Amino acid sequence: MSTATQSTEEHIATLRPKLVAFALLQLRDNAAAEDIVQDTLVTALEKHSSFSGRSAFETWVFGILKNKILERFRYERRYLSWQDDELSDEDSFENLFKENGRWQAASKPTPWGEPDQVLENAAFWRLLDTCLMVLPDNIARVFTMRELMGLTTQEICEALSLSDANCWVILHRARLRLRDCIEKGWLTS
Amino acid sequence: MIMCREATRLMSLKQDRALNFREKTALRFHLSMCGACRACARQFDLLHAIGERHPAALKTRSTSDD
Repeated sequence: MSTATQSTEEHIATLRPKLVAFALLQLRDNAAAEDIVQDTLVTALEKHSSFSGRSAFETWVFGILKNKILERFRYERRYLSWQDDELSDEDSFENLFKENGRWQAASKPTPWGEPDQVLENAAFWRLLDTCLMVLPDNIARVFTMRELMGLTTQEICEALSLSDANCWVILHRARLRLRDCIEKGWLTS
Repeated sequence: MIMCREATRLMSLKQDRALNFREKTALRFHLSMCGACRACARQFDLLHAIGERHPAALKTRSTSDD
């Protein structure tokens, strides 16, 4: 066994938990996340040739995982059912706003502090993960495709058979619910 | 003049595509008067920034729509 192969295996051992965590946020199912990561690693081992650095290798393996997740979403989209109210921009977004379009007193955002400090705070990341898990599957899927996979709304629409307008409504809803959830957790923790 | 609900729609949209002149102006005017929406706008920016920092996020991000 060559040293190159060994270092690939070491890379994979350290990368695996990150891949599983990423897949889990997208798929929200432990078994499905393990399966897709396994599949990704098999593909990576079959195809790996020369990688100059660890980060290039990571990016490449994440790219394989991302494509496998997207393939799965394309396959699953016929089973995804959207409620009309998830796609409609007409309601008050779970009563976050009053009829006149102003914030409800209980939902009014308050500052969280310096963004850099928030992003350094482990409690923020725990809250974010919890709040992502609490979001309805469909809405969380669009949000994580946009903000964690870094896809454009066009790419998301294409993969999920949604219109641009649908995507924007869902992302608006996801952001409002996430910020509300995080803020409520922040204040009570 | 837009209200908070519409302002949050524009703040969210801004993360996904460039706002046009009319949208920018309406949002800027609303934010100049509304502290709660200014806080919300910063939080949406933060939620957009998680992609580069989240342990489970991809490192390379597509910026073609920025």
